[in-house]
Amino acid sequence: MAKKCEMKLLGSGGSPFVTRVKFVLKLKSIDYEYIKEDLANKSELLLTSNPGLQKVPVIFHENEQPISESLVIVEYLDEILPNVHPILPLNPLDRAHNRCLAYYIDTVYCPWLKKFMLTRDSEKKEDMKRLIIGGSAMLEEAFVKLSKGGTFFGGDEIGYLDVVLGCYLGWFKFYGIVFGFNVIDEARNPRLAQWGKSMWSHEVIMSVIPSDEIYMNFFKMLPGFLPPRHVHA
Amino acid sequence: MAVKLLGIWQSPFVLRVKLALSLKGVEYEYIEDDILNKSSMLLQYNPVYKKVPVLVHNGKPMAESLVILEYIDEIWKNHPLLPEDPFEKARSRFWAKFVDDKFVPMIIRMLRITSDQKDNAAKETREILKTLEGSLDPNKPFPEDKSLSFMDIAIVWVGYYTQMLEKMLDVKLLDDENTPLLNTWFRVVLNLQVIKECLPPFDKLLTHYTNFHERHTTAS
Repeated sequence: MAKKCEMKLLGSGGSPFVTRVKFVLKLKSIDYEYIKEDLANKSELLLTSNPGLQKVPVIFHENEQPISESLVIVEYLDEILPNVHPILPLNPLDRAHNRCLAYYIDTVYCPWLKKFMLTRDSEKKEDMKRLIIGGSAMLEEAFVKLSKGGTFFGGDEIGYLDVVLGCYLGWFKFYGIVFGFNVIDEARNPRLAQWGKSMWSHEVIMSVIPSDEIYMNFFKMLPGFLPPRHVHA
Repeated sequence: MAVKLLGIWQSPFVLRVKLALSLKGVEYEYIEDDILNKSSMLLQYNPVYKKVPVLVHNGKPMAESLVILEYIDEIWKNHPLLPEDPFEKARSRFWAKFVDDKFVPMIIRMLRITSDQKDNAAKETREILKTLEGSLDPNKPFPEDKSLSFMDIAIVWVGYYTQMLEKMLDVKLLDDENTPLLNTWFRVVLNLQVIKECLPPFDKLLTHYTNFHERHTTAS
């Protein structure tokens, strides 16, 4: 049952952070208006609503001021509708571990992924690859611990870290296609690989992850664009 | 003791945690980490990230200062740090993150800056400070000891460390014409009793970072 909340989301197609917010909006059945932003040609709305950062996603809820930063938005959505598909766990220690891992994903792991994509230096690319492989191993361990035998980080249901890491799944697939590099590898990270499959076949997640074309278009917009060596049809 | 805090004296992130524990009257054991030797405590409690602060509560460790602040607020209910209202909470979290995302790289840059680059860096810092000033409500009274919030303790370190950089590099960062409200806010809040008790000594901080700067900018 959809909940009318007068919610607007300002976003751009391939951004994992926008995908993250879309996941939560859909899981909580929050109706919203999607406003597409052209990051190459930033709108007045974006420039005025996200001071100093000018980044998507931004949400506008009813008469409140805009809110930006995907993790801040995720917690906000969880707090305004705590009883519809809760995202964060209830226990303070679990919440701390979840938030800490999210911080790691966004401030350490994600920058490695970006650097890997953008660097033209083959040695640096290999360095980034090694770091990412190490990061994925750490995430595999974290998954085993936090899922407590369940299908998702959140256990039997999709939770905070599923949303935080899951928004990159489209990118992971793209890295496999374009670079031949499996960020989550079935041999190295078996539980995470299984998690990835479960996420892809989840009806909400499946309906929100952007198409390959969007990733390619988004990729082309980033500075230091490097044409892919080959793209499978 | 049930609560241990592993830290280093000069870290503004450790300062945040000290402030939160102090405001809530939580007794804790502070352990100064020997960071250059990566003491066994850090390897034991934070093997993955190897960073301070680490809060250990009933034997369970956790890292990242803002994550720790939220945990502290959820466990000890007196002197609530975050507001009740979800939107105001989001606002607090946004500005805390803004400060980390924008100031931390800037400060790291300044600590290694050469004299030909410092004016540009100072200009960029003043712009970030101008944006930060937008977080303050000019109609709201300045915080007092008993009303310090999550956002206040997440941000206050910027004023102190900026003053230190000004002295160290002989640059103007807290310009009264550029950020009059923010400068006054910093002056008032840095003078509050509970803040003063937790701040590392200014001269010690200045000496420490001046030496750091010299080591990183002198040609070998």
